[in-house]
Amino acid sequence: MMRSSEDIYTLLEEVKDPEIPVLSLVDLGVITNVSVENNQVNIEMTPTFVGCPALDMMKQDIKDVLAKNGMNHVSISVSFKEPWTSDKISEKGRKALKQFGLAPPPVGKNLFSDIDVLEHAACPRCGGSNTSLKNPFGPTLCRSIHYCEDCREAFEQFKPL
Amino acid sequence: MNDLAIKELLYKMADDQLILGHRNSEWTGFGPLLEEDIAFSSMAQDKVGQSYALYTILHSLGEQEPDTVAFTRNAEQFHNSIFTELPNGEYDFSLIRHFLYDTAEIMRFDMLTESSFQPLAELAVKVRAELRYHTLHANTWVKQLGSATEESVARLQKSLEHALPYALGMFEESPYEKELIETGVFAGEKKLQEKWLVKISAIINETRLQLPDLSTLQPVSGGRIGKHSEHLQPLLNEMSEVFRIDPTAEW
Ligand SMILES: [Zn+2]
Repeated sequence: MMRSSEDIYTLLEEVKDPEIPVLSLVDLGVITNVSVENNQVNIEMTPTFVGCPALDMMKQDIKDVLAKNGMNHVSISVSFKEPWTSDKISEKGRKALKQFGLAPPPVGKNLFSDIDVLEHAACPRCGGSNTSLKNPFGPTLCRSIHYCEDCREAFEQFKPL
Repeated sequence: MNDLAIKELLYKMADDQLILGHRNSEWTGFGPLLEEDIAFSSMAQDKVGQSYALYTILHSLGEQEPDTVAFTRNAEQFHNSIFTELPNGEYDFSLIRHFLYDTAEIMRFDMLTESSFQPLAELAVKVRAELRYHTLHANTWVKQLGSATEESVARLQKSLEHALPYALGMFEESPYEKELIETGVFAGEKKLQEKWLVKISAIINETRLQLPDLSTLQPVSGGRIGKHSEHLQPLLNEMSEVFRIDPTAEW
């Protein structure tokens, strides 16, 4: 049976970020291209962070899901031609992050000219911005640690990049 | 364009990131605060990952596999600056090195986003964005501890004076400097050092630290041509231990 690239994108919805099991790779925005020629599926992807240790696992998970659906000729290439930024996370992905308890990254380009976006991340619990940055480095490369003055609790944010 | 010139540039950048990444990882479990432990471990992971991406570009230019390149060379085959291989010392030295090194590194990648060598220009956009977290971290702590107590200021000042001659060694020129500049691959070490000095001066001016007159200092160079201190080979032995026992090990 011939599969279109749209079919493949739909199947890839099943493949989740190993570190955030509610977020698919498609919603995370790391799949940059899918093409199908005869039986051959070519997928291009780009890592969230260059040193992301989950990348190999993601590649294997993609191959497993496609194999389960009868596609055994799959090649996956990694490139930085279209580098990942946190703006590539879909609206659906941002909602999933929030439900998972992680503050989604602020949207927009001027992230570091305006340090406030890091200092006052929106708390995923109360939505308020009476928060402070505790550590730009968290338990995984893509998370930072914040503290909400209103809830009096720490929370993590998916880092803007 | 001369491949040798590009390779020399890639090797020194990749080796810097790998060696300092390894030094950063030595803070795991020993940081003065849990937060700092996490920060240095994360930066280690970033740096080693970035070195891997640079070795991958080298591989596409005909060099050996990234793991082979990282784990089987001897000290004299490494092109990292001596600055990156120095032991961590006390936290104040590690912090000052992190500040001086990462400020240079983010400026280097910033310049390389304009490189005529496309694979490097693409990677540079990505790495520059990641390194912003490293310089943010370094600047925050230098500003805080550089204006805190008598002791913290004195310690940082001493480390700064000790570190600067080594830091100047980061800008040791390549034998291909002229060619890299003329072909638009990289605008050169001199230019980088000028930009770096502006940045570090701006941060230091916000503290009680004093920047010595750099023209009076003798740069500690040699790392770019494989002349290293006695500290590099033991680091390499430790880093490559697993690989040498079993090159096919997965971890
Ligand atoms: Zn809150």
